[in-house]
Amino acid sequence: MDLARHWRLKDQRYRLEGTVCADCGAKFFPPRQVCLECKSTNLTPREFNGHGELYSFTTLRSAPMGFEDQVPYTVGVVKLDEGPMVEAQITDVNADALKIGQRMEMVTRKLRAQGDNGLIIYGYKFRPETKAD
Amino acid sequence: MRNVSVVGIGQTQVGEHWDRSLRDLATEAALNALRDAHVDHADAIFVGNMLSGQLTGQENLGALIADEVGLRGVDTLKVEAACGSGAAALHVGYLAVASGQFDLVLVAGAEKLTESSSCNTTASLAMAADADYETVHGISFIALNALLMKRYMYEYDLVPEDFAAFSVNAHANAVHNPNAMFRSPITVEHYKRARDISDPISVMDSAPVCDGAAAVVLMATDNLNGNRARAIKIAASAIGSDSLGLHDRRDPMWLSAVELSSQKAYRQAGIAPQDVNLFEVHDAFSIMSVMSLEAAGFAARGRGALLAREGAITPQGKLPISTMGGLKARGHPVGATGVYQAAEVVQQLRGEAGKNQVANAHVGMAQSLGGIAANAVTHIFVN
Ligand SMILES: [Zn+2]
Repeated sequence: MDLARHWRLKDQRYRLEGTVCADCGAKFFPPRQVCLECKSTNLTPREFNGHGELYSFTTLRSAPMGFEDQVPYTVGVVKLDEGPMVEAQITDVNADALKIGQRMEMVTRKLRAQGDNGLIIYGYKFRPETKAD
Repeated sequence: MRNVSVVGIGQTQVGEHWDRSLRDLATEAALNALRDAHVDHADAIFVGNMLSGQLTGQENLGALIADEVGLRGVDTLKVEAACGSGAAALHVGYLAVASGQFDLVLVAGAEKLTESSSCNTTASLAMAADADYETVHGISFIALNALLMKRYMYEYDLVPEDFAAFSVNAHANAVHNPNAMFRSPITVEHYKRARDISDPISVMDSAPVCDGAAAVVLMATDNLNGNRARAIKIAASAIGSDSLGLHDRRDPMWLSAVELSSQKAYRQAGIAPQDVNLFEVHDAFSIMSVMSLEAAGFAARGRGALLAREGAITPQGKLPISTMGGLKARGHPVGATGVYQAAEVVQQLRGEAGKNQVANAHVGMAQSLGGIAANAVTHIFVN
């Protein structure tokens, strides 16, 4: 059950696949079936390039179940250059060095493991941009 | 639609009730409310609760509580709207009486958060957020509020101390509330020294995990007879909604659901924000108080924290908030909170708020939020 759920989200987790409205051009991540701007249901898949700006971030000292072994860890909101915002963990950086507004890029990492024999969930995290593409 | 009045209130003390079950707490509050209303029955019972299934393994609370309070057989259901569940149950109760379907309705909010490990409770509270795009990344409910607060501080050039007055006011008011969890005052120094949970949010900036239950009895105002001098009219009951996820907001710095439900409520009651004598705000985190004050029309955008610094929010101020301790110090048993707020506003409008009595209180507003204001439930009461 859990396996199917994570498999279902693979296009979002690995490729930041959202949707674009064929009628008004509005872009969405996560994908939507109804356009927020014009109520059209004529939406098609669209991949996002994973670059953007850090909108906000915080470091958790107390974790929800399943993330205890990662504490402390940092999560953030990234505003993609193409419009949508994404929430994810921030990686490859000391949180003290982060600044709102700085350039970020998506990377694929392990999100969490469900015990020693359980599912390992991979997906996007963000890190400071290494170089402009 | 008929007018609806609150004719009875009941509250248990909020705290870590290791010795009491969810059904004990809900039953105590419900029986207190029925006694306060001088009635021994109700036509229907609506129970507000968020996490009974997840944390105590018990669902079907409507039938359970109806049976426990001796009203087996009545019309009943559980109402869930995350942390706004209690207020949402009150909304359903209000609609049930206003519509003419029922004359006498019991609304109970109950929650037991201490039944499980703290990391399980933290994970469960995060169910108010977007499971596929927030929770899966380890983003707790506190972290969501921290993300909002950090951005807010950045946009309006504030420091954490600018938010301290909310917690100081809540604790000062809880000292005189026998139902409150934290009955000791705190200072700005306590606030500044507090341990970070998810920066910039510290333990002194967030409501505690706890247990509690509260209940109110609603009656059609036309059916009140002469001896109902303590009846308080519900002048408005309105819900507004927004995206669950922070990432899905057009403008994360504005709580649209709060604006929508407040404006609907003002219209229903025929009042403006300046007519409100006291406001039980959803102060689960001080950033929620600040942003609620703005979106509800009590402060200009970016000026919510200033209202607290100027002293407007104390019982003697222009807009007293969290008058019995609020979520921060009375405590926040999530699905019960909205009903506590309603009971406290009724105490104020009856003139029964003791040392926290707001002078000349005629119009009181209560607002309860689910998630990061994915839903906002607003009630306005008048005496
Ligand atoms: Zn569109």
